[in-house]
Amino acid sequence: MDWLTLSPDEVTAIKLSLKVALWAMLASLPLGIAVAYLLARCDFWGKSLLNVLVHLPLILPPVVTGYILLLVFGRRGAVGEFLDQYFGIVFAFRWTGAALAGAVMGFPLMVRAMRLSIEAVDRRLEQAAGTLGANPAMVFLTVTLPLILPGVIAGMILSFAKAMGEFGATITFVSNIPGETQTLPTAIYVFTQVPGGDSGALRLTLVSVAISIAALLASEFLARRAASRIGLS
Amino acid sequence: MSLSVDLRHSQGSFTLDARFESAGTLTALFGRSGSGKTTLVNIVAGLIRPNRGRVVIGDQVLVDTERGLFLPAHRRRVGYVFQEGRLFPHLTVQQNLLYGRWFAPRAGRHGSLESVVDLLGIAALLERRPALLSGGEKQRVAIGRALLASPRLLLMDEPLAALDEGRKAEILPYIERLRDETRIPILYVSHAVGEVARLAQTVVLLNEGKVAAAGETAEIMGRLDLFPMTGRAEAGAVLESRIEGQEEAYGLTVLRAAGGVLRVPRIDLAVGTPVRIRIRARDVMLALEKPVGISALNILPATVTELRSGDGPIVDVRLDCGGDALLARVTRRSVEVLGLRPGLALYAVVKSVAFDRRSVAPGGEGGGDAGDV
Repeated sequence: MDWLTLSPDEVTAIKLSLKVALWAMLASLPLGIAVAYLLARCDFWGKSLLNVLVHLPLILPPVVTGYILLLVFGRRGAVGEFLDQYFGIVFAFRWTGAALAGAVMGFPLMVRAMRLSIEAVDRRLEQAAGTLGANPAMVFLTVTLPLILPGVIAGMILSFAKAMGEFGATITFVSNIPGETQTLPTAIYVFTQVPGGDSGALRLTLVSVAISIAALLASEFLARRAASRIGLS
Repeated sequence: MSLSVDLRHSQGSFTLDARFESAGTLTALFGRSGSGKTTLVNIVAGLIRPNRGRVVIGDQVLVDTERGLFLPAHRRRVGYVFQEGRLFPHLTVQQNLLYGRWFAPRAGRHGSLESVVDLLGIAALLERRPALLSGGEKQRVAIGRALLASPRLLLMDEPLAALDEGRKAEILPYIERLRDETRIPILYVSHAVGEVARLAQTVVLLNEGKVAAAGETAEIMGRLDLFPMTGRAEAGAVLESRIEGQEEAYGLTVLRAAGGVLRVPRIDLAVGTPVRIRIRARDVMLALEKPVGISALNILPATVTELRSGDGPIVDVRLDCGGDALLARVTRRSVEVLGLRPGLALYAVVKSVAFDRRSVAPGGEGGGDAGDV
C-alpha cells in the first residue's frame, strides 16, 4: 500500500487547500449574509444589477473571472495597487489570492442558499418581536438569524466546497506555485501532465473525494440540528 | 389609562376613518370581518403608519402625523397577541415568555414570570417548543409573552378565532383573569358577540371603517338600531346581576338582576358575587298576562320601550325591565295580535340565559355557556 502514502508536497497542497477554502468561506460570510438579505428583503435602484453581478462568476468562464481578478486585484490593478500601498495586502500570486478567487467563485452559491432561506422566514414573527420591544438589529440577531441558520450553513458548505475545487480562476489569477498557491485541483492537474504522475493524481483525488463527502455530511448534520432547533422536524 | 384614537387611513379602496376614546379596562373593537378592526390595531401597534391621525395612550403620543411623530413599534411598549400566536419556533416556551423582558425598561417591569405562568396555567409547558403545543396552549403562551414585556396597553386581535369551541372555553377564563387582575388596559378585537358581551366593559362598534357606536357594553348590545351590525341572529341584552342564593335540591342558582330574579343551572360562586348575563333576543317570549302552567322558570315583568322591524316577518322589541334593557324577537304577526306598542306592560319569558362570572375569586373555575332553563 506504499502508493497510498502522501508525499510532503502533497500534504502541503492539501493543507493549503483547506486553508484557502476556509478563509474564502469565512471572509465572504458576512458579505454573503448582507447581500442575501438585501436581495431578499429590500427594493432599491440597481437591485437587478447587483443580482447579475453576484451571479456573474457562475456564468462566466472561470478563466475570464480569474483574468478580471488579475486586472483588478493584481499588483498593477486599480484595487490591488491601492490595497498594497495603503494596507500592505497583496493578492497576486499569494495564497490570499487563491482564497479571493475561491470566495468570488463560491459567492453566488452562498448568496443563493441564504437568500432562499431568508425569503422563507415568516415576517410576521419579526413583527411580533418588534412589538415585544426588539429593535431591527435585535430582531435580526434573535429571530431572523436563528431561523435562517440551516440556509446559512448550506451556503457556507457550498462556498467551502467551491473554493476547494476552484481551478480555472485560481490558476489564472495566482498561477500554480507549490507551497503558495498550489491547491488540490492544480496539484492534480500537474500530476496528470507529467509522466508517472498517475498514482499522485489518484491519491489526491481520493483525498479530494473524502473532504467533499465529509463537508457534505457535516452540513447535513448541522442543518438537521438547526432545523430541529427551530421546530421544523 | 386612557386610549385615544383619531385616524384616517386608506388601503386600496378601503378607508378607515375612526375616532374614539376609551378608559375601560377591556375595550372591545367589534365588527364584521373587513370592517377595519385589524388595520386599526396594527396602526396602534405601530405596524402600519397611518395616512393621517393621532394615537395616544395616557400621556404618551404614539403617532401624530400633524407633528410628524411616529414612534416605531419596538419603542411603543404595546403588547400584541396575534390571532395565530406567532410564537418563536426556535425558542422554548420559557424563552418565548421572557423574550420581551430583555427589552423592557427595568423600572417599568411589572409581573414576574412565576405570576404570569400561574395566571395562565402554563407551568407544565415551560421546557417545550411551540411546535408541540396545542392551539389553546399556544395562545396562552402568546398572551403571557405579551404580558411579560410589561406593556402599557395590550392588543388582542381575535385571539380565539383560530380555536374550536372547546379551546375557546379554555382560554376565556384566563382573559377574564387578565382583565380583572392586571391593571393593563386591553383593546380586544372580535367579531363574536358572545365574546364581546362576556368580556368587554366598553364596546367600539366598527362598520366599514367607521365607528358606528361606542359606549358601555350593555348599552351598545341593547340598541336595536345596531342589530344589523352587531349580528342579528346572536343579538341579545347584557345584564349585570348578583348571586342571591343556591337551590341545592334542584342544582339551580338564583340570580338577582335589576328586573327581578332569574334561576339558572348551578354556578359555583359565593353569594353576592357579581355575574354578567346575556339573554339573547331569540330566547325571550312575550306574554300579556303572567303565564301559568308553564315550564319556564324565568318570567319577568317588563315594559315595551321600542319596536323595530327588520326585513321579513321579524320584529325586535326592546323592553325595560327594572331599568335594564331586555331584548325580544317576535314576529310581525305577534306584534299585531298582542297589540305591542311602546309603554305596554307585559311579561318576558326567558328560555335561556348565558352567564359569565364578572369578578373572579383566584383559582376559581371558568364561567359557563348558555344554560337552558
